[in-house]
Amino acid sequence: MGVNRRKFLKIAGISTLGAAAVPAADALAMNPIEWLDKQLGGFTPSEILLHMGHKPTGLKPREALTAKRWAMVVNVRQLDEEIAEACRETCHKIHNVPDIKNPKHEIKWIWAEHYEHALPGQHHEHIDDVLKEAPFLVMCNHCYDPACVRVCPTKATFKREHDGIVLMDMHRCIGCRFCMAACPFGARNFNWKDPRLFLKEEDQNPEFPTRMKGVVEKCNFCAERLAKGQIPACVEVAQELCKKKGREPALVFGDLEDPDSEVRQVLRRHHSLRRKPELGTNPNVYYIV
Amino acid sequence: MYDGGKIIAGIIIGLIFLTFPIWFTHGKAVKRPEVKLPEKEKQCVQSREYMKTNHMQLLDLWRDSVVRVAQRSYVAPNGTKYDMSLQNTCMSTECHAKKTEFCDRCHDYTGVVPYCWDCHIPPKEEPKEKPEEMH
Repeated sequence: MGVNRRKFLKIAGISTLGAAAVPAADALAMNPIEWLDKQLGGFTPSEILLHMGHKPTGLKPREALTAKRWAMVVNVRQLDEEIAEACRETCHKIHNVPDIKNPKHEIKWIWAEHYEHALPGQHHEHIDDVLKEAPFLVMCNHCYDPACVRVCPTKATFKREHDGIVLMDMHRCIGCRFCMAACPFGARNFNWKDPRLFLKEEDQNPEFPTRMKGVVEKCNFCAERLAKGQIPACVEVAQELCKKKGREPALVFGDLEDPDSEVRQVLRRHHSLRRKPELGTNPNVYYIV
Repeated sequence: MYDGGKIIAGIIIGLIFLTFPIWFTHGKAVKRPEVKLPEKEKQCVQSREYMKTNHMQLLDLWRDSVVRVAQRSYVAPNGTKYDMSLQNTCMSTECHAKKTEFCDRCHDYTGVVPYCWDCHIPPKEEPKEKPEEMH
């Protein structure tokens, strides 16, 4: 006699167990969500379905700068109005950030603040004169535990797992502004107006997109430049100007997880502060005052 | 049938109106759009047939690949690597340098309105000038 029902069920059961063993062992080694993320290569199940099962076929560009956790150090005493303005202007120019005068509608990726706004709670009336006037360059802190990412209902804003940059996927932003409410640093702006109305055609950088009315935007740690092997534009400009003025670099960029990186060396030498550390978002931008 | 004549006349007039788009344009099909292919570059990232039917899926994969997982290099079937970028690769001066002569031709014909250009900047094109008026 061939295979009867009893035998068939036995074989089917055993082979199911065998086939499931490898992924099961894999799954037990990590938590279920991590396991699912690994299977989907950073995509949601609906995205995989949308792509009919295709995962992106790209490669990381060979020239790209990589790190486990990108971080920036702002050495405030090396900054002055000129450097701060040069950083702001360069950043806004290459990223097509519109120049909107109305403060209710303005868009900014990087800007200068006074001490008491940059590091609230640390300020008192007798701080030294240099710090009183110093431009504290502030931007998105690319937090290690970003509040904006937790609240985003569409995963339009997300933390890149491989290097910690908090990015925005403009294709997904629905403009709900939860992230703006969540961000304790005011690093995000909403496009109340069509940004192209405030960006003359000759001022546009044709290599970078603009945004459209109804989306939120913020600093992207120059992800597009890192992919080409360049450091963020503000850091590059600030370092050039500091070199010209014979100062230590005002902005330093590097891998926080690499003990020999420039940021780690600078942090080892100086006492540094982070913005609103009590909120537990773990900012990756450090301030040396 | 009460008022039969009026009803039948009404139906006939109604039918004429309903079928108006069919017989009015009969035999006068709008010409199929002709896209202008790049002059210099002859090789796209995939075959012409694939691009004709699947360019939207390809671009969708590209954008997710670039934005979400930072995999920005596309390896074409012939091994060439391309920077996955609508603005900088597809629409570069070497390739589809004129949106109005490439994308728009088919999209207008088929009534497709992709929102790429709400954010992505199409290449600059000179305003259309009539050559005979130039002199």
